[in-house]
Amino acid sequence: MIAKTGVYTFLVCVLMSVTAYASFYVAPTESTMGLVQRIFYLHAPSGMVSLMAFLVSCIGSVAYIFTRKAKWDWLAVSSAEVGVAFCTVVLLTGPIWAHPAWGVWWAWDARLTSTLVLWLLYVAYLILRTMMEDADRRALVSAFFGVFTFLDVPLVYGSIWWWRTQHPQPVVFTSAGLDPTMRKVFYLSWLSLTCLMALLVRQRYELESSREELRTLEQELEAN
Amino acid sequence: MRLFANTAALLGKELQTEFRSRELLTTTIVFVLIVIVLFSFTFDPSVSESRRFGPGLLWLAFLFSASLMIQPSFLKERTNDTLSALRLSVGDPFAIFLAKLLANACMLLLTQLLLLPIFAVLYNVRVFPVFPQLMLVFLLGSTGVAVTGTALSAISAQARMRELLLPLLLLPLLVPILIASTEATAALLDEKPALRWDWLGILVAFDVVFLTALWLFGEYLLEE
Repeated sequence: MIAKTGVYTFLVCVLMSVTAYASFYVAPTESTMGLVQRIFYLHAPSGMVSLMAFLVSCIGSVAYIFTRKAKWDWLAVSSAEVGVAFCTVVLLTGPIWAHPAWGVWWAWDARLTSTLVLWLLYVAYLILRTMMEDADRRALVSAFFGVFTFLDVPLVYGSIWWWRTQHPQPVVFTSAGLDPTMRKVFYLSWLSLTCLMALLVRQRYELESSREELRTLEQELEAN
Repeated sequence: MRLFANTAALLGKELQTEFRSRELLTTTIVFVLIVIVLFSFTFDPSVSESRRFGPGLLWLAFLFSASLMIQPSFLKERTNDTLSALRLSVGDPFAIFLAKLLANACMLLLTQLLLLPIFAVLYNVRVFPVFPQLMLVFLLGSTGVAVTGTALSAISAQARMRELLLPLLLLPLLVPILIASTEATAALLDEKPALRWDWLGILVAFDVVFLTALWLFGEYLLEE
């Protein structure tokens, strides 16, 4: 078990190092934005990976409500937490890129605003979990909130998109005509961050399962 | 049919308990009034400025007050230990949610109805010619707030720090409502008033999505 995790961790480390090397040395420097554009290889795939993690979390929540198996709750909380971590990376790397590229740290553009709201929603989900003692109740209630949150995502995106496209837009995203090497590095980065996400979710899941084991043992000890 | 009969009986109970004391309604109305007055210090409340900021501040005040007003919805059942009795008295637990959310929507609408003329006088906007349309926006907006708020109050009643937790969970979830209602209200208070069906569409979508989710998953929240 530990050997398997070790091997996988090692592989993810190698993949991450290759990605880091590729995004600094293999991908060509962008002509207008220069060096700072390279943060794109961390920024954009992190956004996609965080959405994937939130999707997994929602699946875990729904499955918990119907099956009541604790493992689904562990999956939901693990992936929500990892999703928030990746979403934080997106929100931190964004301004680093935006300031030299657009001249402002933050713009209330549709994509930025909805990512921020998404982050807030999942942080609220994690806070809710800390406010309940009983494990079964916490699992059920947070699964319910997880479903609500996920249902809200398309509405948030839709309304903010609609709202912002009606106002003058400070930013125009143009992804057309991406250099082929850049594209390859981008996909590599996406792959390695997805593998990293899987590793983190797995580790977090193991932690949750050990916690549960500890709790059961403690209860048995008290009973004796 | 049983569902409607049960809901009507429970709704009667909810409204009766509230109108006996009128504590919640009076406090909420004064709270919104305070917020509306305080907002006037943050910008110059001339006619054109009021048109720009008025709808947003009105809805923000409503959302904040709703997150406080909906708080006791399930808490009072818990403190009086009447939730089990409620559950036993109805066949479908959805009736409990439906009655509570209808009562909350009624109280929200009443608050809005009473405060709209005061807002119109203080901020010098003409609401009378578009009153029916404004009521439609308020009805759809309040329904969305009541549906999500009632569901989440069932969650927060079971947690620690519940007074802070409900706004924390509810407000980010209500982003689509805030945007759509504000924009629809702003269009109605404009020099050339217009009923914006696109924003009303978002409100309807929000109401339908969350009402369905509550119908599907709500009963699990009331498990003892």
